[in-house]
Amino acid sequence: MPKASADTWQPAAHLQGLQRRAQVLRQIREFFYTRQVLEVQTAALASTSVTEPNIDSIAVADYGYLQTSPEYQMKRLLAAGAPSIYQLGPAFRHGEAGRLHNPEFTLLEWYRLGFDEVQLMAEVAELVDAVLGVGEFSYLTYAELLAVEPGSLDSDQEDLLLLQRLDELLEQGQRRVFITHYPASQAALAKLHAADSSVAARFELVVDGVELANGYHELTDAAELRQRFERDQALRHNKGKAAMAIDEQLLAAMEAGLPNCAGVALGVDRLVMQALGATSVQAGMAFPAGFV
Amino acid sequence: MANYSTNEFKSGLKVMLDNDPCSILENEFVKPGKGQAFNRVKLRNLKNGRVWERTFKSGESLEGADVVEVDMEFLYSDGEFWHFMKTDGSFEQLGAPESAVAEAKDWLKEQEVCQVVLWNDSPIAVAVPNFVELEVTETDPGLKGDTAQGGTKPATLITGATIKVPLFVNIGDVLRIDTRSGDYVSRAKG
Repeated sequence: MPKASADTWQPAAHLQGLQRRAQVLRQIREFFYTRQVLEVQTAALASTSVTEPNIDSIAVADYGYLQTSPEYQMKRLLAAGAPSIYQLGPAFRHGEAGRLHNPEFTLLEWYRLGFDEVQLMAEVAELVDAVLGVGEFSYLTYAELLAVEPGSLDSDQEDLLLLQRLDELLEQGQRRVFITHYPASQAALAKLHAADSSVAARFELVVDGVELANGYHELTDAAELRQRFERDQALRHNKGKAAMAIDEQLLAAMEAGLPNCAGVALGVDRLVMQALGATSVQAGMAFPAGFV
Repeated sequence: MANYSTNEFKSGLKVMLDNDPCSILENEFVKPGKGQAFNRVKLRNLKNGRVWERTFKSGESLEGADVVEVDMEFLYSDGEFWHFMKTDGSFEQLGAPESAVAEAKDWLKEQEVCQVVLWNDSPIAVAVPNFVELEVTETDPGLKGDTAQGGTKPATLITGATIKVPLFVNIGDVLRIDTRSGDYVSRAKG
């Protein structure tokens, strides 16, 4: 990061932003306390990280990587017998800086034993209602949202169209939308649907045109996950990105047995931004990039 | 020139796009959570002033453009080139082609100091001050006493430009003109 100058010592957020953030954090903890979901803390710094083709980890010399999400370690806790768990903490992504991004951000991630993605979407909606006030949620499949012939676009064009469609949802007044049935190529760590293996049990919640949460009915098959990781590695190689090793501890945990569960990650800075009625995550952050 | 990657884009950066020098106006980072990152960029083409919107994949780069803005005094036109002189004491003279003075030439008066955009040391755009004072060389005779609102008439200025002026304006009057709209503002004297 470029060195910040001494005359920019003041924080980005006003006091109101800090207070609203504190209130949101408290609301989240109360939400899970009343549901008897256990708060956990996993390591932000670990020897391995993700193979995701479009997510880059920040390397730390002599130590490894700052974690892009707590997902793998939380799944190791579940495989070791933990009950439903949640975590509220920092995550880090290289090169992501803008109105809706900061290289260091706060992620809320939770896992519910015995849930599928439909049950988890209902709980996500309850949490959003608790923080932002009760609102109407609508549901669209990924194919309905994009409204193009499957396979007619390359993946970059598809990502651009997706961003455009999210803007359009807001213009149409659809303020809270769950996107479901992602194509199998974008399954990430979600199960494929038993009835139709061309789509995955993955969802995203879009609030006011902004991606707020991403969840899965979790894949529990270690062999299939290894294949997906290897496919990710090939994609990274083709993009000329740094090679990332497969997290063998996660795969070992999944071989030992990840219980049937659903999990979701929610961007807390974006939730705070929306609670503030602001248009940038920086409005609710004390010291975002450029201030430190 | 150096190359600039999308993560170095910021407003005011001068870059080459489609062989034209451009100035970045806005730069927004956008990315679906698991998808490709992009930068949505607005740029002003410095040769014609048009604003372009382009989307780049994050990590792509553009060549920097050797563009500077300098104050220069307008000297004269020979019909093909509009000649300017630097005001930094070097007295260096440069000729701007018609394409560079397209919008400015109606308002260019000798000895007027203008902002000239130089690309690789050649003038590509000339910006005149927002307000200039120019003499009327031709118009119908003024109507005495008609200083209230009323009709307008055409008047030709010393630069050759024709504008609409109030009926009381006479040949020889010096007028203050808003160059952004081409509107008459007031009489500068008399």
